[in-house]
Amino acid sequence: MAEWMNISTLKETISGSSAAEITASYLETIGKSGINGYTYVFDGALERAKSIDKDGHGGMLAGVPIAIKDSISTKGMPTTCGSKILEGYVAPYDAHVIERLKVAGAVILGKTNMDEFAMGTSTESSAYGTTLNPWDPKRVPGGSSGGSAAVVAAGETPLSLGSDTGGSVRCPAAFCGVVGFKPSYGAVSRYGLVSYANSLEQIGPIATSVEDIAVLMDVIGGYDSRDSTSIDKEIRYQDALVDDVAGLNIGVPTEYFGEGIDAGVEKSVWDAIHMYEDMGATWTQVSMPHTKYALAAYYVIAMSEASSNLARFDGTRYGPRVDGENWHVMASRTRASCFGKEVQRRILLGTYALSAGYHDKYYLKALKVRTLVKQDFDRALSQVDVLMAPTMPTPAFKIGEKIDDPLSLYLSDVNTVPINLAGVPSISVPCGQVDGLPVGLQIIGKHFDDSTLIRSAFAFETNTDHHTMRPAEVV
Amino acid sequence: MVYENPDGVMIGLEIHVQLNKLNTKMFCGCSTQYHNAGPNTHVCPVCLGLPGSLPVINKRAVEYAIRIGLALNCDIVEQTQFHRKNYYYPDLPKGFQTTQYDFPIASGGKVVIEGEDGEHVVRITRAHMEEDPGRLMHIGSIEKSKGTLIDYNRSGMGLIEIVSEPDMRSPKEARRFLDKLRNIMEYLDVFDSDLEGAMKVDANVSIMGGDRTEVKNISSHKGAERALLYEIMRQKNLLRRGGNVVMETRHFDEARGVTISMRTKEEEHDYRYFPEPDLVPMRVADWAPSIYEALPELPDAKRERFVSQYDMADMHAKALTSDIRVADFYELVAAVIDPRTAAAWVADVLKGELNYRDLNITSFTVDDIVEIIKLVVEGKITEKSGVQVIRTIMDEGGSPQDIVRQNGLLRVEDDIVTQAVSEVISENKDALSDYIAGKGKSLNYLVGQVMKKTNGRADARQAREMMLEAIDRINK
Repeated sequence: MAEWMNISTLKETISGSSAAEITASYLETIGKSGINGYTYVFDGALERAKSIDKDGHGGMLAGVPIAIKDSISTKGMPTTCGSKILEGYVAPYDAHVIERLKVAGAVILGKTNMDEFAMGTSTESSAYGTTLNPWDPKRVPGGSSGGSAAVVAAGETPLSLGSDTGGSVRCPAAFCGVVGFKPSYGAVSRYGLVSYANSLEQIGPIATSVEDIAVLMDVIGGYDSRDSTSIDKEIRYQDALVDDVAGLNIGVPTEYFGEGIDAGVEKSVWDAIHMYEDMGATWTQVSMPHTKYALAAYYVIAMSEASSNLARFDGTRYGPRVDGENWHVMASRTRASCFGKEVQRRILLGTYALSAGYHDKYYLKALKVRTLVKQDFDRALSQVDVLMAPTMPTPAFKIGEKIDDPLSLYLSDVNTVPINLAGVPSISVPCGQVDGLPVGLQIIGKHFDDSTLIRSAFAFETNTDHHTMRPAEVV
Repeated sequence: MVYENPDGVMIGLEIHVQLNKLNTKMFCGCSTQYHNAGPNTHVCPVCLGLPGSLPVINKRAVEYAIRIGLALNCDIVEQTQFHRKNYYYPDLPKGFQTTQYDFPIASGGKVVIEGEDGEHVVRITRAHMEEDPGRLMHIGSIEKSKGTLIDYNRSGMGLIEIVSEPDMRSPKEARRFLDKLRNIMEYLDVFDSDLEGAMKVDANVSIMGGDRTEVKNISSHKGAERALLYEIMRQKNLLRRGGNVVMETRHFDEARGVTISMRTKEEEHDYRYFPEPDLVPMRVADWAPSIYEALPELPDAKRERFVSQYDMADMHAKALTSDIRVADFYELVAAVIDPRTAAAWVADVLKGELNYRDLNITSFTVDDIVEIIKLVVEGKITEKSGVQVIRTIMDEGGSPQDIVRQNGLLRVEDDIVTQAVSEVISENKDALSDYIAGKGKSLNYLVGQVMKKTNGRADARQAREMMLEAIDRINK
């Protein structure tokens, strides 16, 4: 396993040797890995690094390697979304974030494994096998961006991109002991991100430090006219890298420490909050009474949107096809044989929730709950600067432990989904361990006040060393 | 006179108008000029529905939609809201159509048509924006086809769907409504009716207060009239035999002129509409006033202006304004020719000859008609010859001057006629005496002789007048 290196160290190393050497060493690590974090390794990565060396590229990420979640369209590379239905599909265009990364000089190492169409919390629903948690190969890396978090934790890339619909960046970051950030809704263009639930998701970075998160956000963030939900308001992430939380008001939502929370996780999070107190912040308990309805509303909305988003995968234009006597038979056979069980379950449930006679009872009701959840955040965040809570109620669970019990799997998203319903920013930073497994502290901010969030996380990182804990050799 | 509507016919129409005068598609930057291009050459990740692509609203399309809404006397919504209409079909690359649902861009308007009993109001329920799907092409005939090809060039073209209340009482009124609507669209410069797939019509029809059927696949105004005539007859026959009209969707078979059942109400799709999360509402409340200001003169207003400005008959004004190209053509002619004369020539003669040949005004030039009218007005050719020149240009081509010369149409000079008259009088004393004695028919004989002497180039009416003058002189 390669050493963890942050962007500034990498750039120093590159100027001392070369981008090609750095890329080669990461490719070597990937080749030896047994965690199955990548679904595709880019065979042109080394060439790309060499050309950056040759051109003397001056970009913010010149020669810095990065791995991309396989739900982000990357020109000339497979974009499978962890699904058989996109087997063989090679994206003919770059997502907005990929264009930005290329301009900044980043070297894309490959595509990372994920729950099929980002539907999951464990990466077990991928059609390309489960990714193993580098801290304990018997455990899941979290999901759905499990590959992206695991390869950072395992030193197979210094940076990665994931996407977060209901916790899909923060959960695996917490389970793998790295930093994962879900920006404010509208801060990063979704152009090129294969939609699971459009109104909820954002592309987000995963790294070993808050500092790297800020650099990456300065590269990928900002307005894009091709995404109508993108907001034309600049956030300067690196400017927020200030070690100062004096006077910061922290809200601790009681509801996020509810039933089912692991005692060790709870302790780690409280230790972190007390650490903030020592650093000059104050905390107060806040109530977010609609939290208990958030999970149900989230799943109804996400599945409803998914049922429509995934309708385009019919074997007509790309991907595998199972023939039939007419088009409708062909399309349904293709979908039945190429979508996994969890995806089919969510499409069916979402279709049901939007159907005549149920639309008002489920979909509309979920939208109303969403408004109430948002109001909870508005109210709480009008009293405090940020909220703090556990990212996940437990450390990483065992592979196979929950996959056959979808409801218990859904329940593990209880602390992450309300954030997506509200569209506010949230970051997960390592804050300790339970039985050798990492715990994530979740910091939640106001919409488009990503800076306060980054400052809070950066101060914690500067004054603690949780983020330097790395897994032992796993393979 | 009040129209009785003996069969209790109620017709409502849904018209899809393709905004083919836009430069780009509804939600992406692809060009709309695909009509002569190869298949799948005007496509991008967005209109192909590739994974990860996102739509962006074409602001110009929204502006066009508002223009249409205002021209149809509708209220304009405060902000746009798009919905997804979910259904599976191979021409639909996303598995849903982006359309508008409960907040259409325009609603509550009206259009006045020439009804069965004079002016008749057809209420407009709504007009909403949506996208066109791609186009399927079967290899060979649809029954024996070995496969189907899909061309996505049309996918994502901007459409306006206009829905009327069931206010039309006959197929004729339906056709007049469609003509009026097309006319308005062309006045607004949002639509070119000559392009393939420019306008499609679905019709709802019921009789005697019974259940309605929906007839789909109507692609022309004539077709609409035929489909409705057939469908009304079918419903009447059904009732006469003691049957019931069932609510269903029927397909119009243009070749056979019949409607065929497609599906009953129970088989209707559940489209599972929900708001399109990728398109945030766009506030347009403050667009409407300036678009209204910039609205061009519409057919009814132009018709009134023509009557007052050019002092023409309302019948002529109506004919000239029923197609903006004819109206514009007329105004160019009226700029150099007496407007009333110009109106008669363009509205009565030229339009008649064009209609007869199924041609439109663009196949005739302003210069040619001006020249022809001048020749007639100056007395160089007869009115009849003028019509002949117009016909020759349409059928064979050529310039008015050449046609007049080649066909010897130049009217003979008055003195030639005068000479012929005096010759005829001196050569036909008997006939002259007969006429003076009261045998009126003899005049015809005398005039006929004049025409004969001038080889028919004299104007018969003029020859007659000159003959009468000459006889008067002799009598005195």
